[in-house]
Amino acid sequence: MIDWVPLVYNELLKMAKKKRLLVVLLIVAVLIPVFTYAQYRTVQNTMEQLGTSDWRAVVQQQIIDNQNRLSSSRIPKEWKEFIQINIQQLQYYLDHDINPNAPGAPTFVRRFVEQAIALFLPLLVVVVASDIVSSEHSGGTIKLLLTRPVRRWKILWSKYLALILVVSLIVTATALLSYLISGLIFGYKGWDMPVITGFQEKNGELITTNVHLIPQWQYILMAYGLAWFTCVAVATLSFMVSVLVRSTAASMGIMMAALISGSLLVQLAPSWTTLKYLAFTNLQLTDYLSGTPTMIEGMSLPFSLAVLGVWSLIALAIAFIVFQRRDVMG
Amino acid sequence: MSTKTPHTTNTVLSVHNLSKRIGKREIVKNITFDVQKGEIFGFLGPNGAGKTTTIRMLVGLIRPTAGRVMIGGYPLHQRFLDAIRHVGCIVENPELYPYLTGRENLEHFARMQPDIPPERILEVTQLVELEERIDDPVKTYSLGMRQRLGIAQALLGNPQLLILDEPTNGLDPAGIRDMRRFIRRLSEEQGISVFISSHILHEVQLICDRVAIIHEGEIIRTGPVHQLLEGDAPVQWRLEPADRGFEKIRSLPYVTAAEMLPNGAVRTHIPEDRIADANRHLIEAGIRVEGIQRKQATLEDVFLQMTGGSDDD
Repeated sequence: MIDWVPLVYNELLKMAKKKRLLVVLLIVAVLIPVFTYAQYRTVQNTMEQLGTSDWRAVVQQQIIDNQNRLSSSRIPKEWKEFIQINIQQLQYYLDHDINPNAPGAPTFVRRFVEQAIALFLPLLVVVVASDIVSSEHSGGTIKLLLTRPVRRWKILWSKYLALILVVSLIVTATALLSYLISGLIFGYKGWDMPVITGFQEKNGELITTNVHLIPQWQYILMAYGLAWFTCVAVATLSFMVSVLVRSTAASMGIMMAALISGSLLVQLAPSWTTLKYLAFTNLQLTDYLSGTPTMIEGMSLPFSLAVLGVWSLIALAIAFIVFQRRDVMG
Repeated sequence: MSTKTPHTTNTVLSVHNLSKRIGKREIVKNITFDVQKGEIFGFLGPNGAGKTTTIRMLVGLIRPTAGRVMIGGYPLHQRFLDAIRHVGCIVENPELYPYLTGRENLEHFARMQPDIPPERILEVTQLVELEERIDDPVKTYSLGMRQRLGIAQALLGNPQLLILDEPTNGLDPAGIRDMRRFIRRLSEEQGISVFISSHILHEVQLICDRVAIIHEGEIIRTGPVHQLLEGDAPVQWRLEPADRGFEKIRSLPYVTAAEMLPNGAVRTHIPEDRIADANRHLIEAGIRVEGIQRKQATLEDVFLQMTGGSDDD
């Protein structure tokens, strides 16, 4: 019997030699400096607007404002807790000499994944995932692959495993590159900086009872974990399309159109609640960490994870059934 | 080889009542044949006759609608792994990964079967005489080299049966000669059975021991290759006057498939030992025989002969 390792190795070898993966990593390596510069410009702008280069004075003022609000009796109890946490966070900046407007590389890493999770990372994943099966069809090599003494489902499964490995590599490389490159400008410190998380939404209201501070490294780990989950779901859907469509161009086109319409639809029609059951409207998982309100009502982290999970399982099932049964014609 | 009587123990490939229907169209209809050990078996038919569909069924790429394929004694569709282990194949073009080198391609497919020692890769490379270019990317190979690499890949697992789909397609005359010699050597020295599809009668005659002829999805004849056209080579006559000569020669009982060619010559099928008789009859009828020329038979000639010869098309 054939072991898994050589089969997965075969698939990784082909992906590496096809240079597609290299192109994707290059795209990341080229774009991150651009984003870093953009972030740098924003920081400069903020400083100019504040009219003072003494950020300590600004933070001090913010703390005083918050304390004034706390002493007001009209503020509900849960709001008070939230404000207290806010004060804690601001105090941390002062104590540890961190300018919140001029963040270090870890903050960039965190902001970058929050922005990239819905479109940028999925697009990169689509580029490597959409040709993994279709290219064997268009190159005619499927005829050799399926006439070797290996079961069809095993061949497909080894391709899927290789794809998950490559997706993990892309997510890791994005984190590493964004840290290393942005650090050149922002400095490499800031892993322990406190970040607010723990927001919940119920009946359209933001519930702050569980809001708390966690160190930034922990937040980054969670955010990249969620990004990985999103990317795996997108990879799985592309994988199915790649099985169904023989042309790589078509399979990539279908996935890109689906991804982009997903994010467009949510912005166009937030009141159309059925949209929340689509896979591509649930990609922005990091919003649940940062407390950014969702566009469509009734979405939560478990809900989005479940929607993505169910879509992925269905896509895998379709891919395997079709691949196992289909006649390989000319 | 061709005189060998079929023995079940010697049968490497056995196809029984194989059919494939796609939609309403029946592409392959009830075909049956056996390939013996060490035999070179030709699968002859015009393009679109169902050759490639049949080959795809033989290697498990297409599921037959009905019928059975046995390879090395194993039913292909019930025991795919045991059966396909005995097969090396090239279906249509020798398509390998162009962005990998020849060696990487061979290693890739060697990893897909158990017990292929690393030396085997060197062995098959030498067998197809590709040592010098084996570390170059396949995209730099000529068609002939790709064909050879495809065969090297097919031979990796020491197959009992080699299935080649139009192996000389696109090769130059020297390449075709080499390929022929190579296939002969495989069958004689290594006892490999070779199943070759082709649409060129001449090629099948040169290389095969036995042949099956497929036409519109049906096998219309199976037999040793020398019997296929016994005494049947087409003969072309130059007669004067042509039309009266044509009538006369057509009336002879042993002449089949007489036809008038656009250039005025008459083409017939006639047993070799009756050519002199026919000549005498023509002369007795007062027809001048200006030329008798034996021609190389084509697939169309065989079809003409088999369908009775007097088709008007």
